[in-house]
Amino acid sequence: MRERFASGFDPFVIPFLIGMAFVLGYCLFGMLRIWFQLPRKDRRKVVLSLITPKGIWKNVKDIFANCLLHVKLWKRNPVLGYMHSSIAFGWFMLIVLGHIEVWLFLPERLRLFYYPIFFNFFVAESESTIQGAVIFFLMDFFLLVVLSGIVLAMIKRVRSRIFGMRRTTNPSFLDRIGLYALWSIFPLRLLCESFTAHISGGSFLTLPMNWIFRQFLGNSMNALPTWWAYSIALGVFMCVLPFTRYMHIPAEMMLIPLRNAGLHILHPRKGFARLQFFSCPGCGVCIDACPMSAKKENIKDCTVYLNRQLRRGNEERIEQISDKCLLCGKCTAVCQVGVQGPEMRIAQRMLRRYAVNQHYTDIDPTKFVPEGGSSAKVLYFAGCMTHLTPAIGRSVRSVLDKAGVGFKMMDPDGGLCCGRPMMMAGRREQTRELIRINTDIIRASGCNTLLLSCPICYRIFKEKYSLEGIRVVHHSVYFDELIKQGRLKISGKTLRKLAYHDPCELGRGCGIYEQPRSAVSAVGTLVEAEKNREESICCGGSLGSLSLSYEKRKDITLASLRNLTVADPDTIVTACPLCQTTYGNYSEIPVKDIAQLIDDASK
Amino acid sequence: MDFGFSLSPSSAVNLDRTDMSLYEMLCDREPTARTCIGCGSCSATCTASAISGMSVRKVLLGIQRGQYREVEKMLSHCMLCGKCTMVCPRGVNTRHLILELCRLYGNSEGEL
Ligand code: SF4
Ligand code: SF4
Ligand code: SF4
Ligand code: SF4
Repeated sequence: MRERFASGFDPFVIPFLIGMAFVLGYCLFGMLRIWFQLPRKDRRKVVLSLITPKGIWKNVKDIFANCLLHVKLWKRNPVLGYMHSSIAFGWFMLIVLGHIEVWLFLPERLRLFYYPIFFNFFVAESESTIQGAVIFFLMDFFLLVVLSGIVLAMIKRVRSRIFGMRRTTNPSFLDRIGLYALWSIFPLRLLCESFTAHISGGSFLTLPMNWIFRQFLGNSMNALPTWWAYSIALGVFMCVLPFTRYMHIPAEMMLIPLRNAGLHILHPRKGFARLQFFSCPGCGVCIDACPMSAKKENIKDCTVYLNRQLRRGNEERIEQISDKCLLCGKCTAVCQVGVQGPEMRIAQRMLRRYAVNQHYTDIDPTKFVPEGGSSAKVLYFAGCMTHLTPAIGRSVRSVLDKAGVGFKMMDPDGGLCCGRPMMMAGRREQTRELIRINTDIIRASGCNTLLLSCPICYRIFKEKYSLEGIRVVHHSVYFDELIKQGRLKISGKTLRKLAYHDPCELGRGCGIYEQPRSAVSAVGTLVEAEKNREESICCGGSLGSLSLSYEKRKDITLASLRNLTVADPDTIVTACPLCQTTYGNYSEIPVKDIAQLIDDASK
Repeated sequence: MDFGFSLSPSSAVNLDRTDMSLYEMLCDREPTARTCIGCGSCSATCTASAISGMSVRKVLLGIQRGQYREVEKMLSHCMLCGKCTMVCPRGVNTRHLILELCRLYGNSEGEL
């Protein structure tokens, strides 16, 4: 390989250089800004996670798998996965191979930023072509890969249904400019390299095209303008990138190490959260997934729109969107980049100032400490929701009696709230006070197991209470153990088909999927809902939503019921008193809590 | 002279002098507040009723009658547990109502 131009420069690279300088400067500035928005404690965490070989390896692996190969998307939708990874990985390989070419043939040019990108323009083939054959082949191969991804992207823009997406987002004006620039980059590159292939060499794609072009083009006057166009397309793409959804590319690379360091969202507009909403490419997967979207008027309240409004700083809409969400967590479960929709909304709710602030300091915990012998090591906290569904509480007590478990009630005549609803409303101080009082009560009871019937309580007891030495367990798990240990005898296994609903807080919230299923299978025939486990659909009763009123939730509940009854079950089984009540209002078939089911079938 | 009883202060409400502005503001933000029929189901189930006498029914009446101090006391111990929402036969979004009222309180013109 030898150089065609001694200067190693041509004015056509200028648009590319401008774009590159702009985007690098912008991203660096943005990164520093986010970095200094993080609390000192979090920065320490990140630094510490970055200095261990294990931490570095995990970050590199995750960035590779998520940003380039889009592994999660592959699992969800192979066509979309191919589309994204072909563009991202193909492009990445073109850049890497470009650098290898320069390093192999003209190492002294490696310090020129643009050289690897426009390599084929600046060089001419010499005798030693054969050395480059493999690289030429790979360059053409990855260009083809990227082009195939671009073709899919074009098809998707016209017909998103082919890709299994019912609803997707509309790009903004700048998004479109970025999109068209991105689409044109690679066909232009193909043209450029084809025009110069007889000089700089090529492979299975560029050489035949070069031959065809030369059949009807008398000269190579077209080459330079095409290189200009290619450089301009790159420049335009990089200049609009920070203001489009493509900002997700640099943002996600920074998000991954921060997430791996275990940061939490503390402010909806700053630091970690900021990185999250910039990492959202607006794929729209969360729209179809969101239970609220069962009603058309709620579509604009899905997480993708929260991200969009946060970027635009539209305060009024941010407030509305934050209040409506059920906090069911499904958007996070399906999201490729792991945007934490519920946490972001809770952080937004935390910003609010109230004129009346609840306080519980005057409540005397000793008044709530349960009596009863110290032999009863199991403390049963029914919780507010179970008090409204006394049948569930009765069944739990009856099952415990049958299995001979000694227990006492923490709230026989109604106790205090666990604090989770307060937390969902973003009222941290109040939550903390409730946690403190309840912790005092539990500690004073001398128990070693805290049994809960409500997943809402269960989640906060698990996550936010410090109850070392006390096992916190949900009744579905506890009863499954009792059955497996043989302490609880199931007498009547029925042939009835039972569909199990994963309550949001128990499933996605705490990762409990298998034990309830095992308990249900012990009693009858378990059938699955269409979407289950991580993707189960909220019943619509969630306390997470502040502004959705009862009537507006009806369609959500009906859609969730349709999902649950695809296998034509005889009974719906759930493990949450709130789900049971919500479904009970509309379901045509009986809805039972797992405790009732087990109580009926045991002796 | 001690007769063994005394006069209690009048609890009569002068409807001509009531200031409904807080109630109206609340209804703007949570329209379902208007649909309350005062059935009292919310009061019967309330987790905080034993502590602060909380009752959504009484809160709604109180802000229409200018009993701001009493309402504030009731609100002070609500835990947002949502029991009242679940039992309300009219579908009043009580939790949102309570939160919005807590936000609005200082802004109202009344003698707070
Ligand atoms: S939040 Fe996640 S799922 Fe939703 S559009 Fe953004 S990237 Fe896609
Ligand atoms: S948490 Fe649930 S309700 Fe809220 S936006 Fe996500 S999917 Fe929708
Ligand atoms: S949310 Fe408040 S008012 Fe309603 S039942 Fe619970 S404590 Fe009472
Ligand atoms: S339960 Fe509903 S309708 Fe009845 S008093 Fe309470 S808010 Fe009003």
